[in-house]
Amino acid sequence: MNMDFSQHLLSILIWLPIAGGVLLLIIGDDGDAESSRAGLMRIVALSVSVVTVLVSIGLYAGFDNAATGMQFTEKASWVAALNVFYSLGVDGLSTPLILLTAFITPLVIITSWDTIKLRPAQYFAAFLILEGLMIGVFSALDALLFYVFWESMLIPMFLIIGVWGGKRRVYATLKFFLYTFLGSVLMLVAFIYLYGQTGGFDLFGFMDAPLTLTAQKFIFIAFLLAFAVKVPMWPVHTWLPDAHVEAPTGGSVVLAAIMLKMGGYGFVRLSLPIAPDGSEYFSGMMIALSLIAVVYIGFVALMQTDMKKLIAYSSIAHMGFVTLGFFLLWSFDGGSGAALGMAGGMVQMISHGLISGAMFLCVGVLYDRVHSREIAAYGGVANTMPIFSAFMVLFAMANAGLPGTSGFVGEFMVIIASFKANFWFAFLAASTLILGAAYTLWMVKRVIYGEVANDNVAALKDLNGREFLVLAILAISVLIIGLWPAPLIDMMNVTIEQLIEQVGHSKL
Amino acid sequence: MYGYYLTIVLAPLAAAIIAGLAGKQIGRAGAHWVTIIGVGTSCALSFVVLKNMFWGGAGPENIAVYTWAVVDGLHMGIGFLVDRLTALMMCVVTFVSLMVHVYTVGYMREDPGYQRFFSYIALFTFAMLMLVMSNNFLQLFFGWEAVGLVSYLLIGFWFKKESAIFANLKAFLVNRVGDFGFILGIAGIVTFTGSLDYAEVFASAEQVAAQNIEVFAGTPWNAMTVICILLFIGAMGKSAQAPLHVWLPDSMEGPTPISALIHAATMVTAGIFMVARMSPLFELSTTALAVVIVIGSITAFFMGLLSIVQNDIKRVIAYSTLSQLGYMTVALGASAYSAAIFHLMTHAFFKALLFLAAGAVIIALHHEQDIRKMGGIRKYMPITYWTALVGSLALIGFPGSSGFFSKDLLIEAVRESHWQGQGAVYWIAYLSVLLGVFVTALYTFRLFFLVFHGKERMDAEARAHLHETPPVVTVPLILLAIPAAIIGWYTVGPVLFGDYFGDAIFVSESHDVIGRMAGAWHGSLVLLTHSVQTSVFWLAAAGVLSAWFLYLKRPDIPEKIKNRVTGLYDLLDHKYYFDDLWIKGFAAGGRSIGQFFWKKGDELIIDGLLVNGTARTVGRLAGVLRQIQTGYLYTYAFSMFIGLTALLGWLVWLR
Repeated sequence: MNMDFSQHLLSILIWLPIAGGVLLLIIGDDGDAESSRAGLMRIVALSVSVVTVLVSIGLYAGFDNAATGMQFTEKASWVAALNVFYSLGVDGLSTPLILLTAFITPLVIITSWDTIKLRPAQYFAAFLILEGLMIGVFSALDALLFYVFWESMLIPMFLIIGVWGGKRRVYATLKFFLYTFLGSVLMLVAFIYLYGQTGGFDLFGFMDAPLTLTAQKFIFIAFLLAFAVKVPMWPVHTWLPDAHVEAPTGGSVVLAAIMLKMGGYGFVRLSLPIAPDGSEYFSGMMIALSLIAVVYIGFVALMQTDMKKLIAYSSIAHMGFVTLGFFLLWSFDGGSGAALGMAGGMVQMISHGLISGAMFLCVGVLYDRVHSREIAAYGGVANTMPIFSAFMVLFAMANAGLPGTSGFVGEFMVIIASFKANFWFAFLAASTLILGAAYTLWMVKRVIYGEVANDNVAALKDLNGREFLVLAILAISVLIIGLWPAPLIDMMNVTIEQLIEQVGHSKL
Repeated sequence: MYGYYLTIVLAPLAAAIIAGLAGKQIGRAGAHWVTIIGVGTSCALSFVVLKNMFWGGAGPENIAVYTWAVVDGLHMGIGFLVDRLTALMMCVVTFVSLMVHVYTVGYMREDPGYQRFFSYIALFTFAMLMLVMSNNFLQLFFGWEAVGLVSYLLIGFWFKKESAIFANLKAFLVNRVGDFGFILGIAGIVTFTGSLDYAEVFASAEQVAAQNIEVFAGTPWNAMTVICILLFIGAMGKSAQAPLHVWLPDSMEGPTPISALIHAATMVTAGIFMVARMSPLFELSTTALAVVIVIGSITAFFMGLLSIVQNDIKRVIAYSTLSQLGYMTVALGASAYSAAIFHLMTHAFFKALLFLAAGAVIIALHHEQDIRKMGGIRKYMPITYWTALVGSLALIGFPGSSGFFSKDLLIEAVRESHWQGQGAVYWIAYLSVLLGVFVTALYTFRLFFLVFHGKERMDAEARAHLHETPPVVTVPLILLAIPAAIIGWYTVGPVLFGDYFGDAIFVSESHDVIGRMAGAWHGSLVLLTHSVQTSVFWLAAAGVLSAWFLYLKRPDIPEKIKNRVTGLYDLLDHKYYFDDLWIKGFAAGGRSIGQFFWKKGDELIIDGLLVNGTARTVGRLAGVLRQIQTGYLYTYAFSMFIGLTALLGWLVWLR
């Protein structure tokens, strides 16, 4: 790899998929999903996403676990008058998320290969552009650049749900857009305030800026609205089940696997280091909201009759562990535990990306055949789809946090950290062992097991080659991280230590 | 020995993967050969390990395999601790597993899921070995949950059966309730010791016991007590102690070979093993030991009673298993850890034997499990009859059998334990295990007589086809009958009183009842010759005699008793209403809470009032402004920008 290439690795990761998406839009398809032109489009889309994966492997290979600070940095003046820079860089928090993004996108493209009949070129273009923008969010070091990526990301997702979504897609897209947009507008206000304080949009400038407690509280709340909606945290979570239910399978996968992670990432990248005292001030509330997400949402998930809604609620409960792990930071008097909670939250994000993505794919596989997401429309699927059922049970077990799967790793670490902080935190968090198993396996019982329930189930065909490939890749990833999370965790450790150190210094 | 240990663990795993993923390619015979060879290899090597420990004088080994992760100075690794406790467990697990593998060849011969079944039981063997060979809490928890997973898959093996998929969900969830306590216990361990490694944790056990934790503000509890009780809640789930026992009887919905392997001999004893392994911790908390012994006593006696009123051949044995697990738990609470493990071992042989014998009867009768439709099978199935007799005698502790040595000495240990003179706890424990002997003998021989003796109550069709099962079934029966009969005689001296366990089990000086009993130990023969002088012997004899009288001589009497004491019978028939507590209480309660949160919380308050309410208000405002605005998305976005500008102006002005 020559120097020029590696110096612009992040730019390539951002702009390559976007360029690929734009190319697809320019050429366009001929309105016929079966035509050779549409076929060519698919191959172009897949190739671009696969090349992006290869480039991301370069990022992984070149990433130095031991280094402090940002790596693969790029900086160029963008809007000189406002001191805005095109500034990129990654550390142990963002790199795993970029790898996840690059990894998930081709899987989504393969899954949607021939299930999308309406304007496939535009559909694939939306996903490629979305991929680039999401990687942009994870690598931006300039607040305005971050904000631009953050907001533009909404557009392709808005279109994916609004154009290729289900019956109530208009309600769902509006709810999705308004919720997330409302949240992020306040983030922009905070950025502009910080610009006034520091004279630039450099995130490190923001982190170094001395801020009063009042200012930090306002900044924290402004960020909170943006990030809590994305995670989503209780009580601003109700857009997610609606969005998931209406989104096409690929949209659900990207939404659950990556877009929700924006919220968690925002907390560690912005809230904690920019407003450490504000974060500390609100940490009790954040822990409470996280635990409500785990317990309350766990109960709500139990009663869902729609598989996608069930998994959406399950996502909210699992993301509760992310925010819980992050905001335990101030709960340890003396002893260690902060890094455990933080790393647990990070691992949970990656793991949830894989597992919830896989769960949505599984529902998609059934939906493509029967056109229903209702649990009651199934029963005894194992009789006609044994291979699919094996995958579904595996992912369900991972969702229930079975050791040996990635779902266990983060939850285990966060539960230990919670116990160190307060017995009752751990008590409530650990209830996921029961609730998570209850809602996931009860669904499995009703969908997968039993006698063949109806003619639709009797007519089911087991996985085709592409579906098998995608689920197998995800299954292997879930198992690898579950059996040997060290490579993933080693990537984060230094950055996490550094972040805790940084947050530990009060700005007052 | 590292290579040995790795092979012991990985051979069944490899076999499971091959049989599971390539089942179609290798065929039915291929599947059973590959798994039998895999588990057979493990078994042979396990005996080599045991031999080296026992006769070769090899010491315990603590070996790291790989680092799972390191965070915050907490090392999480995978590794083996192989000492004499582990070696014994490895042999029991792999030997019973091997017998069950062979037996399955006959039992599951006609099942379409043949390869899948072999894959699962080999996978189970791997998970159970990971559990017992672990040198740290992380891997222990992995094995713990992995055996739970395989148990789930196997109880629901016949996944078309509604009762089976109900039972497997129930088993998994009830176990998860136990695991909830278990993981909190592990978290407590890390909190107070900073480590997951057994050796490090045990080394700092004294310091933990010197600390307090305030679970409720203002009431300091001893940290070790809290940790041990939490860990024991895990054991209660896995080893089916009341009130977390409800899953085990239902687990009988699975095929019989796994009832023998998982739900009698091995997995359900994981909790017993775990507490024995954690003896350096439990020894430091008398309160935790009191909880252990009381829970064990309740399970030992009351679950035994339930066995008497069951009519399903497998459920009779299942309740017996609950009761025997209760016995082991009582021994743990009495600090007689080695007596618990010794009973675990003998029980594994004779209970697996009884289950497999029951399975032989079940297939001979074409899947009939109701003992009211059996009787007089003795003459049709002589090998099954004699092996079942051996198993039954061992279960009731007939002098000389393996169960005699383990149970007699277990009761003796409870009687002599440090609880003596401590009031209620002592009497609850001692009377439970003592009176339990009568109950055990009664239900065991009720079953035995109803199945093998008396009138032939099966229909003519079934009787016409009744014959002894093929050698793949009977050979494992015979191979299990041998240890069930004689292993106690040979091993009791060295295992219990010869300091077999050494450092593997820690007992504090004042609790060391087995140590004190060793002084009075004069060999198996002496114990045997004195057996007729003990109350245990006469209680058992009375139990057998009662069974003979009630179920062979005067079979009309039980019916009369039933009608006379309907209240008591109802209580037993409804299994003390524990199932109702779990299903109508907790499960239904959980669903109501879920429904309430969803409909009232999410839909009514959050969405109805806050979100859509806001939207409606905006909508009404927009209605007013409709003349100039269109009501599209950008309207809202626009209004936000206005708000934003206002806010910005305010901020600037504020500065």
